[in-house]
Amino acid sequence: MAAGAEQALLRVQDVAVRFGGIVALDGVSFDVPAGRIVGLIGPNGAGKTTLFNCISRLYPCERGDIAFAGRSLLGVPRHRIAALGIGRTFQNLALFRTMSVLENVMVGRHSRSRGGFFSAAVRLPYAVRADAEARGKARELLALLDLERFADSSVAALPFGTQKRVELARALAAEPKLLLLDEPASGLNHEEVGAIGALIRSLRERLELTVLLVEHHMQLLMSLSDWVVALNFGRRIAEGTPAEVRNHPELVRAYLGTAASFST
Amino acid sequence: MSKKLVTVTILLIVLACVLPLVLTNYRTFQATLVLVYAIALLGLNILTGYNGQISLGHGAFYAIGAYAAAMLMDQAGMPYWATIPIAGAVCLVIGFLFGLPALRLEGLYLALATFALAVSMPPILKAHFLEKWTGGVQGIVIVKPDPPAWLAAAGVKLSADQWLYYFVLAIAIVLFIAGWNLISGRVGRALVAIRDHHTAAEAMGINSAIYKSLAFGVSAMYTGIAGALGAIAVQFVAPDSFTVFLSITFLVGIVVGGLASLSGALHGALFIQFVPNIADELSKAAPWAVFGVFLIGFVYLMPTGVAGALRALTRRRSSGKLLHPKEALP
Ligand SMILES: Nc1ncnc2c1ncn2[C@@H]1O[C@H](COP(=O)(O)OP(=O)(O)OP(=O)(O)O)[C@@H](O)[C@H]1O
Ligand SMILES: [Mg+2]
Repeated sequence: MAAGAEQALLRVQDVAVRFGGIVALDGVSFDVPAGRIVGLIGPNGAGKTTLFNCISRLYPCERGDIAFAGRSLLGVPRHRIAALGIGRTFQNLALFRTMSVLENVMVGRHSRSRGGFFSAAVRLPYAVRADAEARGKARELLALLDLERFADSSVAALPFGTQKRVELARALAAEPKLLLLDEPASGLNHEEVGAIGALIRSLRERLELTVLLVEHHMQLLMSLSDWVVALNFGRRIAEGTPAEVRNHPELVRAYLGTAASFST
Repeated sequence: MSKKLVTVTILLIVLACVLPLVLTNYRTFQATLVLVYAIALLGLNILTGYNGQISLGHGAFYAIGAYAAAMLMDQAGMPYWATIPIAGAVCLVIGFLFGLPALRLEGLYLALATFALAVSMPPILKAHFLEKWTGGVQGIVIVKPDPPAWLAAAGVKLSADQWLYYFVLAIAIVLFIAGWNLISGRVGRALVAIRDHHTAAEAMGINSAIYKSLAFGVSAMYTGIAGALGAIAVQFVAPDSFTVFLSITFLVGIVVGGLASLSGALHGALFIQFVPNIADELSKAAPWAVFGVFLIGFVYLMPTGVAGALRALTRRRSSGKLLHPKEALP
């Protein structure tokens, strides 16, 4: 990134992923500096979600490396990623649909909590305390995201926009340093889009988050991001400040004939 | 746990305590079997209901628990009560080890693998080279335990059936409380999370491999303890008591009782203990056809099990503020 004065929290280097004949990522490199919001854009199928899935270790990388806080993630099993300080939301909601809102957020606390089968079954004091702590933390987040009144509702019954906020709360429950947001505004109405933008901004301040943001809503993405990386067909085609990237000829060409609008 | 639930539970325990005082010895024996099945179904429900791993083979763990108890009493001369934890521990280990390779199998494939376990159990128990311990086709006869001497000394007179009932009841209460603690805490949430959304669960930091195998182990432990208690209650184990039919009966029990519900284990146990008897009384010629009609009726009228139906009923009665339009599992 620009100056290089800041330490990169996430460093993506020459990452390649292939699904059969499809090259989903083809040597992508960029940095996400600590404390910044980096926007990741590109037309449908560009490889944005695939990159998220590589960072979450859901997909293996064929080539390249992903380092978080100076440490390669490629040898880390996927269930350890949360504990390292990387939280995420999913493009198509991935909530635990039979659970209540509160329980969903408490599961998000799993990696910061302790207690196994035995300690739970006989209610060892530390396990009971850990459970109470997780509940308290989850309630705090519900308050922060204006979800308190839904605490005991089943998530499946909530409107789409509310479910997205629950997913955000669940991701925050582990107190991540880096938050990966995959299209937080998709499916939201105009008002909700404005609200989610303000929310992301305020969360970044309050929780000192670093954010990697995928979003098709250009206006939102450009207004939130400190830096923008553009992908097309698995390749990085442009990188820079929102102002620089917005008019980049490669990007304009990539989006030609697609529905995305760049009007600001 | 809500206040109402605590009250209902205490009432139920009180009722369970007075039951053998008003029932005949035979009915008490049947009630003992209901408790035994409830423990077995609770075990299966932890695995299938809460964690989403289908097992068509829990009859095998029930058999292992039953034989462990019978062999320890018959050959090692161990007192009946001491065989229970051992039967549980054996099944915990075997269940965990079975759960490890089963991690690669999902849904129907896991069902098939556990089915294989169930069908192979009777021939293993009959195997010639094991006959010395298992008693082969003949099985093993166990002596019914007498009430302990200290009880008589304290002036309490119980029949053997009554004593066994209380013994099983005490164990059932302990196991249900432990099950409740397990399910309502961090581990229970992790198990349900894995069932609901496997990848999201892992992204939240849940080590699904460990949780799934441990769920298998704990589930097998419950069912194995039930097997040991069942063997002591019926005073007999033989290979043909533990066919694949038993495994399927357990699965029927948790579905009818209510998946992912502790009380469902009790409802299911009542169903698998009494409905075959009722069917038999209604039609000597085709009892299983009658059983089938009952089964279809239950599933049709209560698609979320007896537990789900009761929950919906109390909710409707208690208030109008319906937050869940759709009945979701707890
Ligand atoms: N699990 C998978 N198996 C096969 N192909 C996949 C898989 N995941 C992604 N792909 C393919 O990889 C390419 C990149 O997909 P990806 O989901 O990363 O795009 P995206 O940039 O997130 O698009 P969108 O904006 O539509 O969400 C697409 O061609 C997609 O079909
Ligand atoms: Mg995507």
